[in-house]
Amino acid sequence: MKKLPTLHGKTVVNLFFEASTRTRTTFELAAKRLSADVLTLNIAASSAVKGESLLDTLQNIEAMQCDMFVVRHQQSGAAEFIARHVKPHIAVLNAGDGRHAHPTQAMLDVFTIRRHKPDFPNLQIAIVGDILHSRVARSLIHALNILGAADIRVIAPRTLLPAQVETLGVRVFHDIKQGLREVDVVVMLRLQRERMEGALLPSEQEFFQRYGLTGERLALAKPDAMVMHPGPINRGVEIDSRVADGPQSVILEQVTNGIAVRMAIMSITLGHHAHPVGEEV
Amino acid sequence: MRIAIRGGRLIDPAHGVDAPLDLFIAEGRIVGIGQAPDGFTADREMDARNCMVCPGLIDLCARLREPGQEHKATIASETRAAAAAGVTTLVCPPDTDPVIDEPAVVEFIRRRVKAAGQSRVLTLGALTHRLRGERLAEMAALKDAGCVGVSDGGRPLVNTLVLRRALEYAATFDLTVFLTPLDPWLGHGVAHEGQIATRMGLSGIPAAAETGAIARDLELVRDIGVRVHFGRLSSARSVDLVARAQAEGLPVTADVAVHHLHLTEMDLAGFDSQCHVQPPLRGLRDKDALRVGVAGGVLGAICSDHQPHEPDAKQAPFGDTEPGISGLDTLLALNLRLARDGVLPLSVALERLTWGPARILGLDSGHLGLGALADVCVFDPEADWRVTAHALCSRGQNSPFIGWELQGRVMHTLMEGRVVYEWAKHALEIP
Repeated sequence: MKKLPTLHGKTVVNLFFEASTRTRTTFELAAKRLSADVLTLNIAASSAVKGESLLDTLQNIEAMQCDMFVVRHQQSGAAEFIARHVKPHIAVLNAGDGRHAHPTQAMLDVFTIRRHKPDFPNLQIAIVGDILHSRVARSLIHALNILGAADIRVIAPRTLLPAQVETLGVRVFHDIKQGLREVDVVVMLRLQRERMEGALLPSEQEFFQRYGLTGERLALAKPDAMVMHPGPINRGVEIDSRVADGPQSVILEQVTNGIAVRMAIMSITLGHHAHPVGEEV
Repeated sequence: MRIAIRGGRLIDPAHGVDAPLDLFIAEGRIVGIGQAPDGFTADREMDARNCMVCPGLIDLCARLREPGQEHKATIASETRAAAAAGVTTLVCPPDTDPVIDEPAVVEFIRRRVKAAGQSRVLTLGALTHRLRGERLAEMAALKDAGCVGVSDGGRPLVNTLVLRRALEYAATFDLTVFLTPLDPWLGHGVAHEGQIATRMGLSGIPAAAETGAIARDLELVRDIGVRVHFGRLSSARSVDLVARAQAEGLPVTADVAVHHLHLTEMDLAGFDSQCHVQPPLRGLRDKDALRVGVAGGVLGAICSDHQPHEPDAKQAPFGDTEPGISGLDTLLALNLRLARDGVLPLSVALERLTWGPARILGLDSGHLGLGALADVCVFDPEADWRVTAHALCSRGQNSPFIGWELQGRVMHTLMEGRVVYEWAKHALEIP
């Protein structure tokens, strides 16, 4: 059965202040498969341009009797801000805020890892690439620490690492060959083209040469190591096509799991377990 | 009007006075300390029992938002808030709109202040035309118009050659230059670069954004010999740099905003936009070093760095909000808290709000000597109050201290012997 009646009669609004295809689509599908009415608003292209404030936009949509906001915003803390300002009966799901967090992505990532390698206390994992700008990395690091992962490594040049990153509970490697040694999971992050302009990297070529995931480098990890990527992939920039499409890659499985995990989160959040921000459980 | 302030504990740090002494005022000046001059009869007896009597406070940095941003606050609203805070002299930086880069703007502000009549406002002239950092402003004319110094107005100069020439020109006319130490490229973020910003995904401003600018400016001071004042230091290493320059004999002074002595990056938790300030709240070690710096005198003044905002300015995700705290209302009480916490003796805490800033400005005020202008603050150091939006006199209610329990309330403020604020009257107006 593809469609469940769990959210029948509920209205879910996708509020996307920042462009996204994959995340938006999977949230939309997840809500539809739970029988919710779904409205998707790409606000980057509408009211924000007209000078309407974020609160105005929210209050207008709130007035349309919605039950859940799925929020993607370019500013860190946006989802929290929205959660504090909407009426308490409205659930807010963070679909990515600035560099801060992307919790549903982290949950689908750990779900995917768990299906293959459920022994977190013995899990060694490496996250490679642009940690500095990555909400995916931050959320995943928190999730893995909560699950008690044995060894969380970040691999990147210093320009792509935030200050005191080790305080997040990770070990830092600048050399991918050392960093990948004996890991169970390799998570590659997307490298945005604009990073070259900010003088963070000299070129895509040099980045790929030093930090790109190739078959040769992957061979340094455990033989059954999984390759993950939150997408969309830049082939030949952070990952070689043969690795992305190879037998160790679970990148498409992540997408499939993304729908299931988001369905689960929506069901739990709109059920009787919901607690408004500030009311601790 | 002749006023006798009786029964209070007189604290005048400039003269080393801390004793139960009455104060007598006539024709806007102090005419008697401890005993009235012969033949003095008071028109008004002021009861200062259980109170402390100190010089009116001098705030080295307060934005009044007029001209240009009257939707945030006005000269009338903020000088009234100043009087209620015991502040008799405010220094207004030149980043108004229009910029204070010609005498007409100075004159405009002077007239508005006179009409309001609640507190004295001193202006800093712009260092460069329109604060653009390209051409020099007419500093000599600004000095003649009454500016007490010149400043970058919080928009640091990018071009070092222009800065050097601006400092040389200011030195020619014996003007003190008030600088905001911030490297314009490193200073682009919204929070202190450290573990909190890393965790919260906020773009960081490293301490080097401040220390790099200070180091550069100090080298220019060494060459030119110009008097430079660094406003709002935020990091431990900055205090260290300034301390070494002072030990070397360079003519540099510095201040700190009172919120940097009480808050740290940890207060950003929950993305509290009221803690979005420039320079950013830094680490615990920075706060401790700033406290040591202010106690030892490297930081010669504590200011409010008052920046009132309309509510909308803070109603957005953290990085989209405007930086700044409405700080006048809590200035004195937060300062007294430093003394209570044992950071520095009470007389030193008050010195940093009175004689300290007066010396930086080169003014004969901030003290209660015989013949001095009667700018006086009478406050009850034990009065408890809870910071609420209603309790703030400033039009800006943007304060991270809302909810704090503070001690110390201004009972009377006198400017040039005139009573410009009385708690007893004000209390009736609070809803």
